[in-house]
Amino acid sequence: MKLTLRIWRQHHRTAKGEMVDYHLDDVSEHMSFLEMLDVLNEKLLAEGKDAIAFDHDCREGICGACSLVINGKPHGGFPNTTTCQVHMRHFNDGDVVTVEPWRANAFPVLKDLVVDRTAFDRVMHSGGFVSVNTGGTPDANAIPIAKNEADIAMDAAACIGCGACVAACKNASAMLFVSAKIGQFRHLPQGKVEQLDRAKRLVAQMDAEGFGACTNTYDCEGACPKSISATFIAEMNRDFLKGNLCEP
Amino acid sequence: MRWLTNLATSSIGAKVLMALTGVVLVAFVVGHMIGNLQVFAGREVLNHYAELLQSNRGVLWAIRLFLLGSFATHVFMSSRLTLQNQAARPVPYVNQVPIKSTFTSRNMWVTGFVVLAFLTFHLLHFTVRVTHPEYQQLVEHVGPETRPDVYTMVVMGFREPVVAITYVVAMLLLGLHLSHAISSAFQTMGLNTSKYRPITEKVGPVTAVIVVIGNVTMPLAILAGKVPLPPGAF
Ligand code: HEM
Ligand code: FES
Repeated sequence: MKLTLRIWRQHHRTAKGEMVDYHLDDVSEHMSFLEMLDVLNEKLLAEGKDAIAFDHDCREGICGACSLVINGKPHGGFPNTTTCQVHMRHFNDGDVVTVEPWRANAFPVLKDLVVDRTAFDRVMHSGGFVSVNTGGTPDANAIPIAKNEADIAMDAAACIGCGACVAACKNASAMLFVSAKIGQFRHLPQGKVEQLDRAKRLVAQMDAEGFGACTNTYDCEGACPKSISATFIAEMNRDFLKGNLCEP
Repeated sequence: MRWLTNLATSSIGAKVLMALTGVVLVAFVVGHMIGNLQVFAGREVLNHYAELLQSNRGVLWAIRLFLLGSFATHVFMSSRLTLQNQAARPVPYVNQVPIKSTFTSRNMWVTGFVVLAFLTFHLLHFTVRVTHPEYQQLVEHVGPETRPDVYTMVVMGFREPVVAITYVVAMLLLGLHLSHAISSAFQTMGLNTSKYRPITEKVGPVTAVIVVIGNVTMPLAILAGKVPLPPGAF
């Protein structure tokens, strides 16, 4: 199939970017979206032009590195699908496909489609872990955990930290990400100890990074390739309030 | 007290303040509607109700100040958050397609602002009565006493088509605001769970429909001439 790709090009962090049109003539429907971009880049390099920078790593939907807004939706908006899992059979001959980076103040563009997502790392450093002093390895099944609680924790832990929630939100809010990271611990006994304190710390760092606030539009939930539920945000709000109001 | 400023300046704390003040306003909107629907019960009933509300100046002003404070907090926090949220995405998308958001959920500040403009007009119209100073003179005689004739004021007010239509349009926009707002408040205050979400999601739209229907029937019925003016009133 023939495609027109309208892609955001930006030389560096502070440069002014713009959408540039590229034409590809024989795109196979069996290619993945990223393979299609690889083909385009080979063509650009052969022409002596600058290749398009985009993030990717595992290419199997588990690492969270790929991050493109395709036709106005993060990861293209296909259910439970990361950009690397999008295949060209979803597109038609003659389509114009727009490709943009995640857009958020807290995710500055480094080059073209690559953004700096270390804000997420700093949120995690602020308390997204369970503090355990060293000691003997605990017995695996020493602490019984109810199945439904373990399931909820696993649902939250499915978050791969790609940032599609931030990209989709009209406020560039990171609440779905942060609430998933709080959620994966708050349902497990090991994580409960620091539950309220963790919520306070992560939210403070999230605000400091310049993400927007939640207006409950739920575009984040719709964009999440791992179907993280926005009810984790309600749990985070509850912990944050409790932590501020009920703790000394 | 640092926790208090931390709370109020945090993104979640600001939203919770909006939700709490919003719930106060919702309670007022619903109560105000139920009270006013007594216009259909006639002049006697509505004027008696109005007299009752006015009877204790202390309580009246305490409630007014509480509502005003809530409203001011709501508007202040919403303005601040809206500006912060816009700053969180300085470079807009060339192409952005909504996924789960709706026109309503994306435009709360717009509908809220229309409500603010309408409320200003509404207070000037029926409470301070500067738009129609002649309303001040309307009284009902009860034995040797007189009391303000709210009933006649409302019926005369809504017999003006421009006024009636303005109220109807404003109520539709208030309805949009409430349909997202009330469901949203559960989520913001941390009261949403996956078990109750199917219900909390509907509470907003259902309440909004009730408020809109209740409030628009008054101007529409009066405009259609279904609510009589008392004999001798102008
Ligand atoms: C009768 C008047 C009003 C009522 C009953 C009302 C009610 C509410 C409620 C219950 C919320 C939900 C809070 C939450 O998201 O958790 C809300 C949100 C909001 N309100 Fe109001 N409100 C009123 C007037 C206004 C006015 C005058 C403005 C602005 C000028 C405004 C702007 C907003 C905004 C921006 C939100 C946030 C929406 C969001 O988070 O998506 N509201 N309102
Ligand atoms: S490249 Fe790893 S999830 Fe897409």
